[in-house]
Amino acid sequence: MAIFLNADSKVIVQGMTGSEGKKHTQLMLASGTNIVGGVTPGKGGQKVEFDSGVSVPVFGSVAEAIEATGANVTVVFVPAKFTKAAVIEAIDAKIPLAVVITEGVAVKDSAEFWTYALQAGTTRIIGPNCPGVISPGASNAGIIPADIAGPGRIGLVSKSGTLTYQMMYELRDIGFSTAVGIGGDPIIGTTHIDCLEAFENDPDTDAIVMIGEIGGDAEERAAAYIKDHVTKPVVGYVAGFTAPEGKTMGHAGAIVSGSSGTAAAKKEALEAAGVKVGKTPSATASLMREIMKNLG
Amino acid sequence: MDLFEYQARDMFEAHGVPVLAGTVAETVEEARAAAETIGAHSGGVVVVKAQVKVGGRGKAGGVKVAKSVDDAAEAARQILGMDIKGHTVHKVMIAAGAQIAEEYYFSILLDRANRSYLAMASKEGGVEIEVLAVERPEALARIPVDPIVGIDAAKAKEIVDAANFDEDVKGQIAEAMQKLWTVYRDEDATLVEVNPLVKTTDGRIVALDGKVTLDDNAGFRHPDHEALEDKASADPLEAAAKAKDLNYVRLDGSVGIIGNGAGLVMSTLDVVAYAGEEFGAAGQHPLPANFLDIGGGASAQVMIDGLHIILNDQNVKSVLVNVFGGITACDHVANGIVGALKVLGAEATKPLVVRLDGNKVDEGRRILAEFGHPLVTVEETMDGAARKAAELASAANTN
Repeated sequence: MAIFLNADSKVIVQGMTGSEGKKHTQLMLASGTNIVGGVTPGKGGQKVEFDSGVSVPVFGSVAEAIEATGANVTVVFVPAKFTKAAVIEAIDAKIPLAVVITEGVAVKDSAEFWTYALQAGTTRIIGPNCPGVISPGASNAGIIPADIAGPGRIGLVSKSGTLTYQMMYELRDIGFSTAVGIGGDPIIGTTHIDCLEAFENDPDTDAIVMIGEIGGDAEERAAAYIKDHVTKPVVGYVAGFTAPEGKTMGHAGAIVSGSSGTAAAKKEALEAAGVKVGKTPSATASLMREIMKNLG
Repeated sequence: MDLFEYQARDMFEAHGVPVLAGTVAETVEEARAAAETIGAHSGGVVVVKAQVKVGGRGKAGGVKVAKSVDDAAEAARQILGMDIKGHTVHKVMIAAGAQIAEEYYFSILLDRANRSYLAMASKEGGVEIEVLAVERPEALARIPVDPIVGIDAAKAKEIVDAANFDEDVKGQIAEAMQKLWTVYRDEDATLVEVNPLVKTTDGRIVALDGKVTLDDNAGFRHPDHEALEDKASADPLEAAAKAKDLNYVRLDGSVGIIGNGAGLVMSTLDVVAYAGEEFGAAGQHPLPANFLDIGGGASAQVMIDGLHIILNDQNVKSVLVNVFGGITACDHVANGIVGALKVLGAEATKPLVVRLDGNKVDEGRRILAEFGHPLVTVEETMDGAARKAAELASAANTN
């Protein structure tokens, strides 16, 4: 089953004819994803040939792509200044899942398309500025390398792309039901809590790794959610203990403001909710390994 | 990007928010000239305000009321060059004096939890709002603002009613709030704060002090925002890194860090700090010297630029390169390191610990092994690499 994405997912790629879109469509196809089309305004009717002889049709709009293929997931690679329009188009076409990979999207644009999606009530957004979501062995919507880890029964949710890869690598012998990179921007479409809820309800997930970082209070809120609603074991990791106050650390949302948003506060909140928090990625993986061993 | 108060004032004025006359000055002479012009319209009274991007300047003596041009020049002489919480004052704003009857608070900010915006307003302004929010939360109205609708007349009325402003100023404040919303929306701000928003003794509403944070990702819509950057007081290494499009933050430790992906680099900093606890005496443990995320494309040029910045930091004693190749291929990173060391030649004098994993790791490690540079150590794990880099930095410190 996994969450958000499975072997039945029919995926389209907005921006497939651009260089990033093309490169990653190739990789998604290679990992077995059912890519049914690309969307580029003005290029409808064309086809893009990929290695191994796969030919993917290009549609002029998301609505046309859905009409022709029954697509239910879109992966958005369009440049930041056009991202809002692309996401709103996907929402208007009522696609159930939009995975927004593009980085550098203006916060105002994210706030507006998120609000728009909320009002429409038909589209889940993951991202922006995220590596996407992978259900290993079934489907891959985004840029998470499919060869790091195979299918298994750990669920992973993370603000960071490379920490997702690192954690999947550390636990590659156990494997993952789904790994979701939610992105490190101040405004994101799918949160830690959304993923925790989905993993809790997913019969194919036994335990959850949650990776957070400085900035905002998403981890604190996730901790409160875990305490009240999550029965499966959760281990946590938080990055940014050494980050100075007032400096943005790479991700637009990764900033300690005054005394809020610190890694220490997040770790404390998670531990108070019964989550075991690793000091390093490898220590976190060890905690998860122990849990999976005990679950048998 | 955070703006200086005078920049926020100018931006407010451009959007029709009521502000007092004010001019920035960088020298005592400029301050004197400004006091002459501005004081002419405010009964000779001006306020000289240190321009620093940190709170608490009033307590530090960075704000002085001057009743004559000579007083203003003397105040500027005292304030310019002053250190306020580690920030040197390079500029002052000469603002018109005002007779203040009441001080209020208003802000518009990102509400990350609700993925929306929030307006906050209070009759009790002029104080630290964080303190007010904790001690008297009932005195601070918090009203959600729909990002698409914004603060229209109805929303402004909702906010002034919730904050319980006096009837005689509600209309003026509501109007100012709608103007401040246009600042937030049209300038792609993530914070617009007015503290205090004042009522003068003659009943006018004026934004007396403003704080604006602009979204760096929205620069494509605002070519004019680049001119607002405070290039003068940027750390020279941070400025050099920015010129090369590198995501770099300078810290004060001795282990230089290069990695890919913001989360992994933050994590690397932490792991180095933990590993450092094993080395050196208390208070002298090696710590990370910087944050540097080379992002997705670790070409030789990016590695050269990154190493160049880090090796120019006098505090750096060792360098740790920590890359997990997802999209980034480790052979490119290894070629980047080799290329950088060749270009840097004799400039490269500090030991380099490299940890590569993921995409094309075997090729990457082979390239480094064949290169066989005496300064390069390859470690297999992130923890091992962090430990090695901390050890080398500590050893260099004691030599």
